[in-house]
Amino acid sequence: MKPAPFDYLKPATLEEALAIKAQLGEDAKVLAGGQSLIPTMNYRLVQPAALIDLNELSELDHIHVDGEGNLRIGAMTRQRRVEFDSTVKKVAPLLHETLPFVAHPQIRNRGTIGGSLVHADPASELPVIALATGVRCRAKSIHTERWIPAEDFFMGMFMTALQPEEILVEISLPAMLSRTGWSFMEVSRRKGDYAMMGVATMVSLDGEGRCAEGGLVYLNAGDGPVKAKRAADVLKGEKYSEALVEKSAWEASRKEIDPFGSVHASIDYQRHLAYVLTKRALERAFERAQASDI
Amino acid sequence: MTTHEIKLNVNGEEYLLEVAPDRRLLDVLREDLRLHSVREGCGIGLCGTCTILVDGKAISSCLMLASQARGKEITTVEGLSKNGRLHPVQEAFIKHSAFQCAYCTPGFILSAIALLTEDPNPDEDTIREYLAGNICRCGSYLNILEAVKVVGKESRDE
Repeated sequence: MKPAPFDYLKPATLEEALAIKAQLGEDAKVLAGGQSLIPTMNYRLVQPAALIDLNELSELDHIHVDGEGNLRIGAMTRQRRVEFDSTVKKVAPLLHETLPFVAHPQIRNRGTIGGSLVHADPASELPVIALATGVRCRAKSIHTERWIPAEDFFMGMFMTALQPEEILVEISLPAMLSRTGWSFMEVSRRKGDYAMMGVATMVSLDGEGRCAEGGLVYLNAGDGPVKAKRAADVLKGEKYSEALVEKSAWEASRKEIDPFGSVHASIDYQRHLAYVLTKRALERAFERAQASDI
Repeated sequence: MTTHEIKLNVNGEEYLLEVAPDRRLLDVLREDLRLHSVREGCGIGLCGTCTILVDGKAISSCLMLASQARGKEITTVEGLSKNGRLHPVQEAFIKHSAFQCAYCTPGFILSAIALLTEDPNPDEDTIREYLAGNICRCGSYLNILEAVKVVGKESRDE
């Protein structure tokens, strides 16, 4: 399996990349880590006229915390670097916990944060984390720059809000609220395979141990990362109890997610997985929030 | 489409190649440099058979363009033996019969070397986790696990 012919462009600066993108628009695909784009090209599902390779742009490869406490990650930062970064582990533990579930080490050595988000596969982990943590995406074109909240970034299966002349250059994760717990869980047939179902959750507690903010986002549960708003509302103002997480899990798994089913997992089974995973993930998140001293 | 010249550093040797920009690194290594240890399995990054080391890191060569490998150090199993002696991981694979048909073996060996470079004495969970991206359809997993564990242990004892 080999890709259809294409032109290969390797800009030396972001300005140059943006100028090429402005000129070629949808005819050109941006090549980040290539771990999703090249397979679809090898299958000839995608046949772009040109690839704009961003791999030389070291300005897009960075991890730092800005003055307001947001974690900023360059779009071209490799997943494996993020996985082992001590700052990420400290300020974005949900992202840190999730990265080992993204494919295999070979893939994470090349795959980038930005590439995974722009690919917007409903079955992949990072879009779910972006939505669960309230990521904002910085998109640039040659003349414009804007920040797109994750809520508006994912527009459906393999679709994002990026315009043809825009390139995702950076993401910003807000600092976690105090007394926040988190958890990511998924079930796949083999380690590194696409998961049949997965959930990311964050729970913030108030001074009395009641849930002040809660979030639940699912993968492989619809045509993009699926946020279960009503299931999160169930938690608000409540203290942890088994009955509470059961109620929330029921709401999400039965009413809010919309899985498609596949040869490996029927829709009913995916809902069952969502129910069980939500209960476990919420339990873990509450535990961690209660144990948190900040 | 025009071809362009790229310089590749493979197994310590420099090669000047004229390649079309849309060729995968996997194809250039096999077809132009005749390094047949680099094998295509799935072509979409799922099987690990085309694993090579780029600057010491395990990557899937079916998902990298040759044009992207300019200036990087590439290692395939052809480049592992030193002074006529096999690499310790290769020796361990033979000793523990860590293969049957051996189609997946070069990929497994290179992944194992990348792991042992990062973590010279990995525990069993780490090995399983790290080698999850390599598939052996004959099912020699237990022998492979044993071979990698023993190399790790020997490096600790030295």
